[in-house]
Amino acid sequence: MVTLKNINKSFGSVNVLQNLTLEITPGKIVAVLGPNGSGKTTMIKSILGMVLPDSGEIEVLGQKVKSEGTYRNKVNYLPQIARFPDNLKVKELIHMIQDIRNVKGNPEELITQLGIEKYLDKRLGNLSGGTRQKVNLVLTFMFDGELYVLDEPTAGLDPVSLIHLKEIIQVEKKKGKTLLITSHILPLVEEMADEIVFLLEGCIHFHGTMQQLREKTGESQLERAIAHLILNNND
Amino acid sequence: MKRYKVLFFVFQLLVCTTVHANVLDICSTCENKQIGKAISLANAHDTLLVQKGVYKEFALSIDKPLTLLGVGNPTIDAEGKGEIISVTSDSVNIIGFIIKNVGISHTRDLSAVHLYKVDYFNLIDNQLENVFFGFLIEKSHHGLISNNKVQGEGKKEFFSGNGIHLWHCSDVIVEKNHLSGLRDGIYFEFVDESKVRNNVSIGNIRYGLHFMFSNNDTYSNNRFENNGAGVAVMFSKFVNMNDNLFIKNWGPASYGLLLKEIYDSEIVNNRFQENTIGINIDGSSRIHYKNNDFIRNGWAVKVTGGCYTNKFEYNNFISNAFDVSYNSNLNDNLFINNYWSNYTGYDINKDSFGDIPFRPVNLFSYVVNQTPETIILLRSLFVDILNFSEKVSPAFTPDNLVDEAPLMKKIQW
Amino acid sequence: MIKILKYSFSDLMRSRWSYAYFLFYFLLGMGLLFLSNDLSKAIITLMNIVLVLTPLIGTVFGVMYFYSAREFTELLLAQPIKRKHIFLGQYLGISSSLSLSLILGLGIPFLIYGIGGSGQSVNFLLLLMAGVFLTFIFVALSVNITLRHENKIKGFGYAILTWLLLAVIYDGLFLIGLLMFNEYPLDSFTLLASVLNPIDLSRILILLKLDISALLGYTGAIFRNFFGTDYGMIVSLGVLCMWVIVPVGLLLRTAKKKDF
Repeated sequence: MVTLKNINKSFGSVNVLQNLTLEITPGKIVAVLGPNGSGKTTMIKSILGMVLPDSGEIEVLGQKVKSEGTYRNKVNYLPQIARFPDNLKVKELIHMIQDIRNVKGNPEELITQLGIEKYLDKRLGNLSGGTRQKVNLVLTFMFDGELYVLDEPTAGLDPVSLIHLKEIIQVEKKKGKTLLITSHILPLVEEMADEIVFLLEGCIHFHGTMQQLREKTGESQLERAIAHLILNNND
Repeated sequence: MKRYKVLFFVFQLLVCTTVHANVLDICSTCENKQIGKAISLANAHDTLLVQKGVYKEFALSIDKPLTLLGVGNPTIDAEGKGEIISVTSDSVNIIGFIIKNVGISHTRDLSAVHLYKVDYFNLIDNQLENVFFGFLIEKSHHGLISNNKVQGEGKKEFFSGNGIHLWHCSDVIVEKNHLSGLRDGIYFEFVDESKVRNNVSIGNIRYGLHFMFSNNDTYSNNRFENNGAGVAVMFSKFVNMNDNLFIKNWGPASYGLLLKEIYDSEIVNNRFQENTIGINIDGSSRIHYKNNDFIRNGWAVKVTGGCYTNKFEYNNFISNAFDVSYNSNLNDNLFINNYWSNYTGYDINKDSFGDIPFRPVNLFSYVVNQTPETIILLRSLFVDILNFSEKVSPAFTPDNLVDEAPLMKKIQW
Repeated sequence: MIKILKYSFSDLMRSRWSYAYFLFYFLLGMGLLFLSNDLSKAIITLMNIVLVLTPLIGTVFGVMYFYSAREFTELLLAQPIKRKHIFLGQYLGISSSLSLSLILGLGIPFLIYGIGGSGQSVNFLLLLMAGVFLTFIFVALSVNITLRHENKIKGFGYAILTWLLLAVIYDGLFLIGLLMFNEYPLDSFTLLASVLNPIDLSRILILLKLDISALLGYTGAIFRNFFGTDYGMIVSLGVLCMWVIVPVGLLLRTAKKKDF
């Protein structure tokens, strides 16, 4: 599904990704964890072709990643910060993304589920952060893809929407889709993730299931297990 | 009416004062059918009454005192064959003709009417059309050239002559003439004690008025408009210029008025409007500039050098791109009590004079004087900033070129 | 690309900045035409304003738009379209919406005033053309700067500096150059220096068409000889086009290699 081989990337003198190798198997929910500046977003953006690695190879859905590959027809990305052109209406934006992808999506169900029908004719500049994040979710999940890349999907969501998000993710998983999620909300990760990838200073320090993590660290709670990983690294 | 009165008066004068005067009629059905023949038949002081019609004649030579009087504007058409009337006798009057189609020559100054060494002449109410030179008057004195219309069809300086051309004359009055399409509308060279007034000189190829080596003359109430170079007054003394209009002489090398080596003269009550340069002053001294309007010129006054004891007072400088440009020392020239539309000072004591001096030379005009190519930066933001900063704290512009007491309001006169 | 252009254009045309920009030119045009009643003078005043303002507004809007659209650009980058289409579309969207504000803002007052019959319409069109070119040029320059600087304050600073450089400092250096070398024949230098800067070039192209060109005297005659010919017109149009094409090319190259 997604393969990263010996990826190196530095911004100036900072090595953000160091010889990173990772294979993500299809049909799983994979959570990418790590402290700020550990390279999570850079890794995700390399998979999407937005960041171009200094060396190494990335393959997504059998295609080598260049900045302009067609594999992105099957990849749906949820950016971390939901900001859209201020003067477009919500429905225009939804229409625009379908127009750009040249694919008819299925936004209606999601719109009802997330309760944003009443905002469809509003301009995006007038929406609250939470509503914008809901629009963001619609844009991501309205297409039928193979890989979903979600960068901090819970940001700004109210508890009810959070439940809806979980449902949506489960539905996609049941369809056999692969989901790559970064999140700070550890309970969510604990609840949903099949696999965990732990990044620290541009290297993968752990890749495995929850169970394997517990075994490795001897901690039953994810929070503590992560703390354990970080502390071990510092020793 | 006025015109007829003048005519009548002249006519009466002629009839009453000449003892042996006869009147010869000339027309297509008269005994005398040709003007030329009639002239040779006439005795001195006769009057030739030329009736309406077209007379295809040229090289008419008048060598005795005669009056040629046109009735109903008869036309003398030379069909481009050469000079039309040549006068070599005193006391000749030519009144009321249409004289047209003088030929063009590059070796001779062909004219419609040529006077040589003649005194007491009157050239009145004639229309000169398609001429090379119009009135060419040499070494003649005591004359009146009035109410004529001279039209050339000149396109280039080489192929055109002057409208009213005076050389070595004195005591001549040139008035109420209309001159256009010529090389120079009015040309004065070595002409003294004469007056040029109420003429209109428009659209001539070179100068509206070209004036050289001529002293003690006055020109007033003339209108000089849209001439190739403007008006040039050069190498003369004691010239009075008042109530003239110098307008729309707008071209890369045009000016309203060029003064070159003029001394002891008065320039009063004139209006200089929309000229590239209002007055271009070169080596002229002891001139008094008063009550003139300078409106929307490129440069209102451009002083190029060697000028002394000139005084500019009570003039209006309104909306000129540059008010004054100076490329030499100020010397003892004085600018005082003028109105400057660019003046932004105040008048706290209400004496109608501004309390802070005005500097009419801005930095850019100073720079352009040093290096003419810099004019290409005209109207750029940098130049605006430059002028503004120079205005706030002058560093380059001549310190002493100031109007110490500028007028707060435009002067009416 | 057309799709991106379409959406960013329709987004921008509805922004209150576009309305403000339009309204500014509209009121300016109405005021100048109906208060001064002198078309030639109105065009000169407009020229002064347009030559300063279109580059400045192009620069500021270009920087503001691209910084504020950063996150949305990232969303677009994850879509299956080429990078150069995204940036070209956004660039054309902002340039054309600014140009439209300019054209409508000045054009409507002139149409109301009735420019059609007068001889000044060519000059007016030339002014609009210069304004449009300057908009496209300075938006392209500012987008280049935003792509090279993540730091907004820095990017904004550099963008303003670029404007300052071309609108003011260049002329200052030009002037100093002329004064320093005034012993030498300066015709070709003057011609070259003013053709190379798009603001100076636009100013001179317009000035030469107006009555005021008489003030340029001998230097003006040289310029008229040059710009009056087909060759001169082609060169100046070519230079203006290059000022658009080169920054846009650079922009696309930067965008292609950039990490987002």
